[in-house]
Amino acid sequence: MEAAHAHHGHDDHAHGHPTGIMRWVKSTNHKDIGTMYLWFSFTMFLVGGVMALIIRSELFQPGLQIVQPDFFNSMTTYHGLIMVFGAIMPAFVGFANWLIPMQIGAPDMAFPRMNNLSFWLLPPAALLLIAAQFMPGGGAGVGWTMYAPLSTQAGPAMDLTIFAVHILGISSIMGSINIITTILNMRAPGMTLMRMPLFCWTWLITAYLLVAVMPVLAGAVTMTLTDRHFGTHFFNAAGGGDPVLYQHIFWFFGHPEVYIIAIPAFGVVSQVIPAFSRKPLFGYASMVYATASIAILSFMVWAHHMYTAGMPVEAQLYFMYATVLIAVPTGVKVFNWVATMWKGSLTFETPMLFALGFLFLFTLGGFTGLVLSITPVDVQLHDTYYVVAHFHYVMVAGALFSAFAGIYFWLPKWTGRMYNETLGKWHFWLSLVFFNVTFFVQHFLGLAGMPRRIPDYALQFAEFNAISTIGAWGFGLSQLLFLYIVIQCIRSGEKAPDKPWEGADSLEWTHLPTPAPWHSFETPPVLK
Amino acid sequence: MKKERANRRMMVRLSIFAVAMFGFGFALVPFYEKICEVTGINNLIKPAAAVENTQVDKSRWVTLEFDSNSHGLEWDFRPVQRSVRVHPGEMIQIEYEVKNNGGKAIVGQAIPSYGPKHAAPFVKKLECFCFRQQPLQAGEGKRMPVQFVIDSTLPADVNTITLSYTFFEVKGASTAPAKSGGQG
Repeated sequence: MEAAHAHHGHDDHAHGHPTGIMRWVKSTNHKDIGTMYLWFSFTMFLVGGVMALIIRSELFQPGLQIVQPDFFNSMTTYHGLIMVFGAIMPAFVGFANWLIPMQIGAPDMAFPRMNNLSFWLLPPAALLLIAAQFMPGGGAGVGWTMYAPLSTQAGPAMDLTIFAVHILGISSIMGSINIITTILNMRAPGMTLMRMPLFCWTWLITAYLLVAVMPVLAGAVTMTLTDRHFGTHFFNAAGGGDPVLYQHIFWFFGHPEVYIIAIPAFGVVSQVIPAFSRKPLFGYASMVYATASIAILSFMVWAHHMYTAGMPVEAQLYFMYATVLIAVPTGVKVFNWVATMWKGSLTFETPMLFALGFLFLFTLGGFTGLVLSITPVDVQLHDTYYVVAHFHYVMVAGALFSAFAGIYFWLPKWTGRMYNETLGKWHFWLSLVFFNVTFFVQHFLGLAGMPRRIPDYALQFAEFNAISTIGAWGFGLSQLLFLYIVIQCIRSGEKAPDKPWEGADSLEWTHLPTPAPWHSFETPPVLK
Repeated sequence: MKKERANRRMMVRLSIFAVAMFGFGFALVPFYEKICEVTGINNLIKPAAAVENTQVDKSRWVTLEFDSNSHGLEWDFRPVQRSVRVHPGEMIQIEYEVKNNGGKAIVGQAIPSYGPKHAAPFVKKLECFCFRQQPLQAGEGKRMPVQFVIDSTLPADVNTITLSYTFFEVKGASTAPAKSGGQG
């Protein structure tokens, strides 16, 4: 790229870059931007986590003790929005920024300045979501799905929420354009698509999903906005519109969104499990095709979220069968991960533990998803705690555990230092136990008929709710241990070798020193 | 540099794709309308295709309640009778009164809704003011009929049906008095 600086210093590069805060504000370096994404995501994870603890604390006992119903509804809404758009998605974009250029042998992302803008759109959006709590009437208690007609009648907080979604969508779209272009155009010579680490493949597919569906969500919330203020009647039945239309448009975005969260998590796990099994990934090509099939199928199943909204029985059957079909490529992936471990020389460091936690619990969440895909069963379980338990197994034990696995795995490469292995294992076991204490019992609550998004409940649900709340506090506090581990690693961890994991084989481990230099691969690596 | 041009070209293509998907979200609106029309879901303001069973079921009574709302209009809009008791299968005609109290001519469109919702397909409307737009000059008032039959296959647990109309303004429609609309 920069011919004038062809000489190779290591991390201290010749051309001066801003220091102090301007290093971050003006950064065009994929590693700095990746770091900012990860810290932003962790901050939002704590904000959304506090909201979850408010919800669970209110549900500790039947009756209203701590908060009022309006505030409770606002908490369920913004907990969902912040965790999905503020925590999980930016976390994986952070991974993408850090890793994709290093894994494909590129000097940086394709559009470094756009990369900077993608990140710096996030804090204003987060501020809008938080500021919505202080609007007249409080936050919009409409649920993270923002269904009309409730959202078209909600207070001014709804407008802030809509604009936040717009901004987050623009940020995601720009990030995805950057990732697709980087992967397709910037690979080192010899790095063919089918030689890329699976993490890059999963992100390539995810980025296409994002470019396809984030604009549809933007359209849905724009229609909500014009219904609220500009006299349109998209979702107003009295004006010839239809509130069910909103659900169709939303879930056309919403179902691929589930895979936007899950597929990069698959990518991380597909790097971690082979490294600690000391074997190459079993069935690489089938992994790529399975991921692509999941992505394509995700566009054809959206109405399984709305079986109870009113649909001809033929449509219900179609959506049921199509949804069940997704279990096939997902099963291919799960069996490939298991086969990767078969007869491998396994060791169980923290990243591997989190990857195994992912494998068990994500599969469990997948099974409850299959249960919910069966129309007559779903009609019974729709909007109960069974659904809450299901998607937390997929989102927390799936995406979040995989993100933890990735952070422990790459932290030595990023910081140049090792984390404390004992504390890392403590973090895993505490998270695993408290996660199940929190969410496993919610299956029973849902089967017994407890509705979600309600601040009070009938007395027979009291015991399981109390258990779940204790688990939630345990899980929340365990994450402070994670913060401590990361800070301790950055400040005073032992120096890490270039390749701390014996079985790791992608370019960032084999071709780059630890910590990864400020600029990597200004001259493309030579691939055997 | 060649690579930079290739990158830029890809960015332009992907941006166009994203903008097209934004348009696609809006294209879903007429798309769903068409699907509902073709499959016969949500036919609120169309006459019933045919009333198949005209046998009057004298063995049961159904109470019909009439309700009226106007959506941000200065219109007086009310049913002449609040409720009627009928046999399923009987042909019934009732009337609504409407008067424009505002200072300007407005075209309104009434949208029916039913309670309970699943009773809707059993109310077979043969004639209704909701089938067309209703222009009202300033100060003008009129009576408008609804003619319908309750299908005798109405589920046994439905004893009361509420038929509610909401008038809303059709912006930009011609306010010239309709030639045949409303039948007075």
